[in-house]
Amino acid sequence: MSFDLNLLPDGGLSWLDASGPDSSIVLSTRIRLARNVAGHVFTSRGDRDTLEDVYRMVHEAATDAVLPQAVTYRLDQMRGVDRQVLHERHLVSRELAGLDRQGGARTAAALLTDGAMGIMVNEEDHLRLQGLQSGFQLERLYGRLATLDGALGERIPFAFHSEFGYLTACPTNAGTGLRASVLIHLPGLVLTKEINKVLQGLAQVGLTFRGLYGEGSEVLGNFFQLSNQTTLGKSEAELLDHLGRMVRMVLAHEHQAREVMERSAPAVVADRVWRAYGILRHARTLSFEETMNFLSGVRLGVGLNLISGVSVYTLNRLLVYTQPGHLAHAAGIAVTDPELAVHRATLVRTMLDDDATRPPGATRGAEAP
Amino acid sequence: MPCDRCGERPAAVHLTQIVHGQVTKQHLCDTCANAAGIQTDAVPGQYPLVDFLSTLGGVGGALPSRTDEEGACVCGATLVDFRETGRLGCAACYDTFSASLRTLLRRIHGASQHMGRLYTAPGAPNTPTDEALRALREQLRHAIEAEDFERAAQLRDSIRGAE
Repeated sequence: MSFDLNLLPDGGLSWLDASGPDSSIVLSTRIRLARNVAGHVFTSRGDRDTLEDVYRMVHEAATDAVLPQAVTYRLDQMRGVDRQVLHERHLVSRELAGLDRQGGARTAAALLTDGAMGIMVNEEDHLRLQGLQSGFQLERLYGRLATLDGALGERIPFAFHSEFGYLTACPTNAGTGLRASVLIHLPGLVLTKEINKVLQGLAQVGLTFRGLYGEGSEVLGNFFQLSNQTTLGKSEAELLDHLGRMVRMVLAHEHQAREVMERSAPAVVADRVWRAYGILRHARTLSFEETMNFLSGVRLGVGLNLISGVSVYTLNRLLVYTQPGHLAHAAGIAVTDPELAVHRATLVRTMLDDDATRPPGATRGAEAP
Repeated sequence: MPCDRCGERPAAVHLTQIVHGQVTKQHLCDTCANAAGIQTDAVPGQYPLVDFLSTLGGVGGALPSRTDEEGACVCGATLVDFRETGRLGCAACYDTFSASLRTLLRRIHGASQHMGRLYTAPGAPNTPTDEALRALREQLRHAIEAEDFERAAQLRDSIRGAE
């Protein structure tokens, strides 16, 4: 199967466009709903025929009426590097991409419209409906997802239980099957060493945090994914409302921390920001980790109005394009190739130079690869 | 680096302990570590839930050995499978192992009654299934217990409409 992200109108990246509310601090909002098809064993117990059958049902229902414009990516028919690119764009989970699985992905697919809406088929659950949008906008995104859920549920019988709600392979997702996460950049809280207090507080109110790439991923570049821990015993609205209130509180703390830093150590902060920017503008090799950390410094500088001539949109794109899969895909080399660090530094220099030399008010330049 | 205890074999276990705020570091070889009762072969579970489940099993908690009583599900899955993988086999598992799962769900979520969106499968348009009606009644009971009377009134109306 050909792999062409250009089939998606936005390359699956509209969530990066920094158009949403609070998007200088909140990169994106993501919500997913876990659903299973009644009368079929769950994915981990399903043989190839079962998984194909589930795929056929979902594909038919989706392309028939629910998401007629959806592009289908069959993960089991794609090369490893292409699957990694989809994962790096946050369009499919690590599990669906089969990146840790011997022999590649299982019979699985992703039906995607654009960056905003999609269905993962044969993930841990038969269906994972997911919505992804720029900035901080839980309610609006859930509204779109609920419509998709309703339309699919009219065509496919979902496994539902009067007591336990929507049934999922893992009981941690049962009930609403809803996991909402907000990807948020918190350098102020990290630098003022307030972050642990905040994270502990969040754990006490039933929220959890993860790194940039969800479950099991480490925190990189001061990005945290805050999400609801429980899915059962509360309505969808209550879960979203609670997460929303807590995120607003974290945002307030982050703003406060930035003010404190600016007031008490302006030279230290400015030095950190400009060093990060200087290295990114001039380095000849860059590892992914250091790129993430320096991008975090520059993003802070943009947020504090210390640096002009860099857009949040460019910083967001760099987060995605500097990942191993993307660089390897663009350069036609292996993800393990040491040359990747050189390609990364070149890309970063080019994109930052583009921004710096563009006259103010000019439109965005051409898309990077 | 040689082992702190025997000073002969190379250290393979690096143990950092915090006791009453005091940080101590030890570097031990496998033999000395085993002698000191430190488990070195414990591979962290692939899924956090598995660790959680085994802890529960260890303290005789949420998942007692009910396998004899509850047997295997129609899909072939047993509670032992679940404890090992953290995954259930199919939707019917929720009924087969309902007693154990109810306890577990309460520990994980603090509740076992779904309070969210209700669902009626296709094929029975406009007539809520028994399942959905049962869920509505349960939600009503919980709303009354929680003294959420506004929601209770909405639920009562939905039930009347459905009946």
